Amino acid sequence: MATLSVEGVTKSFGATRVLHGIDLRVSEGEMIVVVGASGCGKSTLLRIVAGLEEPSAGRVRIGGRDVTELEPSDRDVAMVFQNYALYPHMTVERNMAYGLRIRGLPKPEIARRVREAAELLGIAGLLDRRPRQLSGGQRQRVAMGRAIVREPALFLFDEPLSNLDARLRVQMRAEIRRLQRRLGVTSLFVTHDQTEAMTLGDRLVVMHAGHAAQVATPMEIWARPADTFVAGFIGSPSMNLLEAVLAEEGRAARLRAGPVLRFADGPRPGPEGRRLLVGVRPEHLRPAGADEAQALDVSLDLVEPLGSESVLHGRVPGGEALTARVAGALPAMADGLRLAIRPAEAHVFDAESGLRLDAVG
Amino acid sequence: MRRRVIFRGTALPLLLLAPQLAVTAVFFLWPAGVAVWQSVLQQDAWGLRTEFVGLRNFAEVLADPDWRAAAWNTAVFSAAVAGLAMGAALVLAAQADKSIRGARAYRTLLIWPYAVAPAVAAVLWLFLFHPSIGLIGRALNANGIPWDTRLNGGQAMALVVLAAAWKQVSYNFIFFLAGLQAIPKSVLEAASIDGARPVRRFWTIVFPLLSPTTFFLLVVNLVYAFFDTFGTIHALTGGGPGKATETLIYKAYVEGVQNTNLGSAAAQSVILMVLVIALTMVQFRFVERRVHY
Repeated sequence: MATLSVEGVTKSFGATRVLHGIDLRVSEGEMIVVVGASGCGKSTLLRIVAGLEEPSAGRVRIGGRDVTELEPSDRDVAMVFQNYALYPHMTVERNMAYGLRIRGLPKPEIARRVREAAELLGIAGLLDRRPRQLSGGQRQRVAMGRAIVREPALFLFDEPLSNLDARLRVQMRAEIRRLQRRLGVTSLFVTHDQTEAMTLGDRLVVMHAGHAAQVATPMEIWARPADTFVAGFIGSPSMNLLEAVLAEEGRAARLRAGPVLRFADGPRPGPEGRRLLVGVRPEHLRPAGADEAQALDVSLDLVEPLGSESVLHGRVPGGEALTARVAGALPAMADGLRLAIRPAEAHVFDAESGLRLDAVG
Repeated sequence: MRRRVIFRGTALPLLLLAPQLAVTAVFFLWPAGVAVWQSVLQQDAWGLRTEFVGLRNFAEVLADPDWRAAAWNTAVFSAAVAGLAMGAALVLAAQADKSIRGARAYRTLLIWPYAVAPAVAAVLWLFLFHPSIGLIGRALNANGIPWDTRLNGGQAMALVVLAAAWKQVSYNFIFFLAGLQAIPKSVLEAASIDGARPVRRFWTIVFPLLSPTTFFLLVVNLVYAFFDTFGTIHALTGGGPGKATETLIYKAYVEGVQNTNLGSAAAQSVILMVLVIALTMVQFRFVERRVHY
């Protein structure tokens, strides 16, 4: 159990820069999820923390100790790999005990730790098996067990759930979270799955093209995405981003699709006509009455009924795609629909930089 | 799924197999059969009379102190060649497996010696270690180490071991390299995170995972040392000095070709044949059981 701090870490492979200066502070016992699309540098960041990759610049500290120059074996971290990376020629017991034997722990102590971890993970009956005799979920548990027995300062997870089928994934996700809470070990978890990220993390690092686009709690990220990438990446279905310009001396946005949206929380900076993107989550669109002036006329091209709700896909005037989630089944199947945006739930971004624009004052 | 083509009738399959069967028959079954037949016969010195003697040739061979000395030589020679060739190949393969500059060129160069004929390789080593004209041989003598493979049996043995092993390193290298590359990188990374340093990783992870390859190569190398090193020994030492480098295969040759004692040579060949069949069977048994851990 320790803190982790990553300070100005960059990484280049030849001329390609994959990490552009990452700063991150993880407090004791915290679970940080690094999430992003493939190729965003999230795995590289994890491997740098583990010591499997050397940063081009920057420092890594674990528990205040600078480990940047240290070998993985000297960092006191444990890692769960995507393909589990179990030692194929060793039994489950040997797999779990390997790190402890290397550290020269007394035999009774090793046996005790392995037994405890095996019971905790429900694999006590598998200790004599070899990895090839185990199912995917069991291998996953053994990999977890191998990390737990070490009682490391830091847990590292490299997409450990992505090789499991959907049901097992949800189950293991909850199990990992419970274990991590119970053991209180500082953890860094890498995934490309935003649901996994939202449910597992105390805080998320949303990575985009080698930058940390936003570091915040899941709810903060959902409620106040820092830029259009984060806005689109977190939340399912993705947030709608509609083109607009600043109007009424900064107090409103005029959507290209027609309606004028008056900001609920105050004016945005910038000249009249500043290009904006207005973000609205699909669940924040509500059906509008015929008399409401500032509503979107949506032509529907696909309705997905999900039982408790329906997901609507359509286009607004001007041709931009729009997704909406409404409760229940869609009343009277129509090919058009009027939807209104609740101003308090609209997100405003600068169209040039993609950054969030907050109300001034 | 592999699709299996099934031929109807027996004429076409037999025809297609015929070339291979013919080669096997002419170059293995026939000579082996003759050898087995010869091994139970005894000819007089002029080849005029031949009589059936049962297993007497075998009894004589096994009791012959010269044959026993050759068997001991073979054991020493084979163990040394297999050990040296595999050890060197494993070290080289472990180095080539790292991501180093010019790895391709390095690998290609290491494979070349395999293409050199045994006799040519032997001559090459002879030139290096010749006591009066060899580069290394002269250097040894000049530095006060008396070196002459024509006089010193131990040195002669060392030289044939060196030459024979050198030729086999390439072959072993290819297999070891392939074996190393088949080990998932993440397993090694997991081991290093678990606290294992390179030497420990090698002995606890890499070496056990290579064991199927190692065992396969051990059998191949032993068979090579038993049978394929005739040319090397013949060109380098001719079995001498004395009989210091006379192995079983060389002795069979001396007995049959130089001493024209066909019955004894045939018996020795049959013993060798039984040995290699046993080795091959052990290998097949083991490989079937141990390909997967």
